[in-house]
Amino acid sequence: MTAIQSANVRRAFKRNLEGYLFASPCLVGFLILTLGAMLFSLFLSFAEWDAQSPLKEISFVGFNNYREMFFEDELFYKSLYNTAYYTFFSVPLRVTIALLLAVLLNQKVRGITVFRTIFYLPSIVVGAATAVVWSWILNPSYGILNLTLHKINLFLDKIYLGFINVPEPTWLESEFWSKPALIIMSVWGLGSSMLIYLAGLQGVPDHLYEVADLDGASSLRKFWNITVPMITPTIFFNLIVSVIGAFQVFTQVYVITVGHTGGPNNSTLVYVLYLYRKAFDELQMGYACALAWVLFVMILLFTMLILRSSALWVYYEGERR
Amino acid sequence: MRRIVSRVVVYALLILLSVAFSIPFLWSVSASLKSLDQVFKAGVWIPMPIRWTNYKHVFDNIPFHLFFVNSFVVTVACLIGQLSSASLVAFSFARLRWFGRDFWFVVMLSTMMLPAVVTMIPHFVFFNYIGWIDTFKPLIVPSFLGGGAFNIFLLRQFFKTIPLDLEDAARIDGCSSFRVFLQIMVPLAKPALATIAVLSFIGQWNNFIEPLIYLHAYRKFTVAIGISMFKDAYGMFPHYMMAASIIALLPILVLFFAAQRYFVSGIVLTGIKG
Repeated sequence: MTAIQSANVRRAFKRNLEGYLFASPCLVGFLILTLGAMLFSLFLSFAEWDAQSPLKEISFVGFNNYREMFFEDELFYKSLYNTAYYTFFSVPLRVTIALLLAVLLNQKVRGITVFRTIFYLPSIVVGAATAVVWSWILNPSYGILNLTLHKINLFLDKIYLGFINVPEPTWLESEFWSKPALIIMSVWGLGSSMLIYLAGLQGVPDHLYEVADLDGASSLRKFWNITVPMITPTIFFNLIVSVIGAFQVFTQVYVITVGHTGGPNNSTLVYVLYLYRKAFDELQMGYACALAWVLFVMILLFTMLILRSSALWVYYEGERR
Repeated sequence: MRRIVSRVVVYALLILLSVAFSIPFLWSVSASLKSLDQVFKAGVWIPMPIRWTNYKHVFDNIPFHLFFVNSFVVTVACLIGQLSSASLVAFSFARLRWFGRDFWFVVMLSTMMLPAVVTMIPHFVFFNYIGWIDTFKPLIVPSFLGGGAFNIFLLRQFFKTIPLDLEDAARIDGCSSFRVFLQIMVPLAKPALATIAVLSFIGQWNNFIEPLIYLHAYRKFTVAIGISMFKDAYGMFPHYMMAASIIALLPILVLFFAAQRYFVSGIVLTGIKG
């Protein structure tokens, strides 16, 4: 090797070393806290352990955990159902209402920032504290929600429409209404989605609307044929983020259910809550890891589904149909 | 004329919806200032008399001073870790050329898709093994190891927009990479760093499941855990519960009003719109 060649090799080595050095926190973190953790979690899912006994007492049980989960565990399916129910209702509600709100808040009226703040604020305040607030709002006898429904019922009676009976559910104490209660609470927190829509809306070129105005398009038409198509990338993003978040809902459910169990007949036992119970209440680490991996696979499949479908409905500017 | 009508409609809608949206806040503030018998009466909005002493009672009985200090310590420490770590790593991804760089960038990005629960249990096992349970260390140290994929991504995008000329000029003058990083990149990245700082503060302050599994002694609880633990104890006293919630919410509200523009700029920086 000539002197120049060896100098180049040295320089390249130094360059690579530098790059790795700067990136090392992330790489080390990834290897230990992500890859290492994932492998260990996968390994544990085939074993039984209570995390208290020494490591050598981890007993390898093969597919036992998975077999038990899929064939013997009622609560697994219950928690899956609860999470699916929650996701199925809260995500579309959040995605659409946030969009409608964003359109409304995109108007150039005076004081619009005040209104935007009002809708955004709930999404950033402590999840635990707002769950406490909602537990009182949803109180069957004294919470503002049922008080209002009661007033509506009284009003209907007064104007002789008493046969219309607005239900006054017992919300978190009722097996049927507890999940809707959670969904209502989650819709209240759609501020961050709304903000993302706002940013997306501001990227829609004005000239499209101007041309539509020239052709005499109504507001509804403009919304449906201009705004929505141009916004589909943002909708796509919000959809994926909301779904991934909804599958993993934990904090609010944990705080709001009395005793942190599953609610009336386990109706609010969401998947991650069940996982938490298995791991930290019942100390079944192996089973909990298996649960975690099943969740991971489900989220992956769902995300890929949405991704695949996106080719059909997401319109990126600059693409030809 | 049409413009006036549409204006009125827009305002009417806005006011109606914002009132409906604010009811939870307003109601809880109202309840927090009531006496016990009043809080169980229907339809009273403005408590008569206004009992500010509820708040004093909450402060006397719930060690919020502990919770606030704990939350603050953890959050600020995480902030320092995330900012320093993410900027170093982002600099490497954005400006340095090294073998495997793009591969690791994609790998790092893909970790954003990983549900936290998959790594939660191994993390707990690991921290238990090295005796870090019931300390703040499991909450803080991971922030120094990479600082969060989202933050790295954000900063990397931002660093890439800084003109190469600046760096070239510095290098010609013999600047090492570290000096380029410290004296050129970081000062120019202040807006992005500020945004990350704000978002990270909120994320850490609101963090629930990690303090839940790592902190056992109640004196170490963060605000999020503390308020949850006391919900159980105060179930019979909604007015105290509401006062406690309001107290727990205040720091974030203050932060929001102090740093509003960084919330919005965060979205813009990611270029989400398309």
